[in-house]
Amino acid sequence: MTTIETQVGQPYKYGFVTDIESDVVPPGLSEDVIRLISEKKGEPGWMLEWRLRAYRNWLKLTEPQWANVRYHPIDYQAISYYAAPRKKPTLASLDDVDPKLLETFDKLGIPIAERKRLAGVAVDAVFDSVSVATTFREELAKHGVIFCAISEAIREHPELIRKYLGSVVPHNDNFFAALNAAVFTDGSFAYVPRGVRCPLELSTYFRINAQATGQFERTLIVAEEGSYVSYLEGCSAPMRDENQLHAAVVELVAMDDATIKYSTVQNWYPGDEEGRGGIYNFVTKRGKCAGRNAKISWTQVETGSAITWKYPSCILQGDNSIGEFYSVAVTSHRQQADTGTKMIHIGKNTRSTIVSKGISAGRGQNTYRGLVKIMKNADGARNYSQCDSMLIGDQCGAHTFPYIDVRNSSAIMEHEASTSKIGEDQIFYCRQRGLSTEDAVSMIVNGFCKDVFRELPMEFAVEAQRLLGISLEGSVG
Amino acid sequence: MLEIKDLHATVEGREILRGIDLTVRAGDVHAVMGPNGSGKSTLVQVLAGHPAYQVTQGSVAYLGEDLLDLDPEARARAGVFLAFQYPVAVRGITNAYFLRSAVNAIRTSRGLEEYDPIDFLDVLQQKLRTIGWDDSLMNRPVNEGFSGGEKKRNEILQMAVLEPRLALLDETDSGLDIDALKTVAEAVNKLRRPDSATLLVTHYQRLLNYIVPDHVHVLLDGRIVRSGGRELALELEARGYDWIRPEAGVA
Repeated sequence: MTTIETQVGQPYKYGFVTDIESDVVPPGLSEDVIRLISEKKGEPGWMLEWRLRAYRNWLKLTEPQWANVRYHPIDYQAISYYAAPRKKPTLASLDDVDPKLLETFDKLGIPIAERKRLAGVAVDAVFDSVSVATTFREELAKHGVIFCAISEAIREHPELIRKYLGSVVPHNDNFFAALNAAVFTDGSFAYVPRGVRCPLELSTYFRINAQATGQFERTLIVAEEGSYVSYLEGCSAPMRDENQLHAAVVELVAMDDATIKYSTVQNWYPGDEEGRGGIYNFVTKRGKCAGRNAKISWTQVETGSAITWKYPSCILQGDNSIGEFYSVAVTSHRQQADTGTKMIHIGKNTRSTIVSKGISAGRGQNTYRGLVKIMKNADGARNYSQCDSMLIGDQCGAHTFPYIDVRNSSAIMEHEASTSKIGEDQIFYCRQRGLSTEDAVSMIVNGFCKDVFRELPMEFAVEAQRLLGISLEGSVG
Repeated sequence: MLEIKDLHATVEGREILRGIDLTVRAGDVHAVMGPNGSGKSTLVQVLAGHPAYQVTQGSVAYLGEDLLDLDPEARARAGVFLAFQYPVAVRGITNAYFLRSAVNAIRTSRGLEEYDPIDFLDVLQQKLRTIGWDDSLMNRPVNEGFSGGEKKRNEILQMAVLEPRLALLDETDSGLDIDALKTVAEAVNKLRRPDSATLLVTHYQRLLNYIVPDHVHVLLDGRIVRSGGRELALELEARGYDWIRPEAGVA
């Protein structure tokens, strides 16, 4: 191939470092460190106990090796588990937030200044280990919606946290989830009361800044009966030569007739062309459709991280509940992604849809791994899965591991898969019509991802298309 | 408008074109005929700049410019249009969006303002009226799931919108039934302008009943071995290509 190659080169746009004084706990993990974190957070005793139980479980667990990714062993004692801007953020008012932080989020295009009321998105901004600002709280409160940092929720809404934290992803669920439970520092909490349609899109933006730290955020969203919430998540990190660990947990709970739509645009630093640096993104995301007619929809656009290990899943417990997973995962340079979903059908007439689009360029390796499980009593369950892979160049790889486990004979399962290659002929056709190679690639890729992009809220869809353009720029030359 | 001199081209090291000389003037319709493997498609692919072909010798002047020096997109923006024999599908992108992007890329390169979707719709409707077609293809993904006839028709529709100076039609008649052939040919005729030229490549003279050429060339083994008027096409229809071989000194 002469025209299709080596266009991967656009520098990572969000790679800057904010020079801000930080309060960093020395590297290493022990019960003392967990006590220290809990104390810094001003947590109640029950929270500390929960963390310590998680930690003791974690010590017994081993790091999973089954994913189709390769990386150097992580030294968990070399990581600092807490970093916070020294100037204490006051969550009540943006005026008290360190201007450097506002500047950082400004630079990232995140509207945390409330005057920038773009499209009515309420934002929680998390910088290293702490939430620095949550916008539109008052307006949300009028509708009874709680949207705040999870550390704050632990103090202010203990009854909700005790009821739901760990109810979908238990503290001993898996190695990374247990680690997260032991040391998580911040994240967002959203609670939408019965019958309320959340008037704003809720959004959290995660930023890793400090060096040699891990980021362990935890997000919990509870949608009560008949409510609706759409939640967006974005992330980025500075360019650094060493790898940084990000092990998050997200739990969603949807009651009867409730809908949660969760969208992610993940753009952690992917490492350089030779695979130096980049974020190790080991994330556990799971939603439970606890009630009848509940619906949880995951949409993710994964363009960043050196390693992605992530399976946003749905437990379809309530009858007639619906789970959806729409994913675009891009790997270029030497990025590796092992991502997919699990749909666990427990209730009757539960339905799930999986649409996965993997794009591999450069020396990227992209794996779809999915499980559809139909339990014995899940009469009338249906699943539709579609896994498409696209290859750009001839040094990348695409892999698909769809697991199906059906224990009820009334289930209807459909699975479609395809692999295509952006070919010279396709590019030439577009160029013959006057389009540049870059525009041609971007058009072909966006067309390929359309089924997923149309699930994203408008502004995010635009952002996603742009990001995709950047991460593939140079992959076709 | 187009002057091809001693053009040689190879694909994967094999020489396909072995010294083509051809001059095309504005307003002309040229038909290049020849059996399978004679190099007809290669000729138009080379003119359009397909990267799989290497020009090893010769020159091509187009409107006073060295055509071979231009990228494929630069050629397209300069008014060279290739109606593909096998149009490529672009999944998830509607024909209308694709075509608007193409028109806008060309307009931008000429310092013209881009069309917004609404202006473009007007342009499109007007073109469709000119050639007498409906807009049923416009909101489907580019060539995806199109029948052979629809693909060919779509190529001509794109040509109508992009208004080329030099239209290269690569076996636009292949796979068309007689009605579709007439429809496509009529559209091509309606799009003829005094300042544009058409170079069409075909096996059969059937298409030439509808698109009447000013010049007919016979391509054999990578060379033009005979040129003439329309009557040459009829002669080929009656006698095939074999009689030319010995006359042309081709084995």
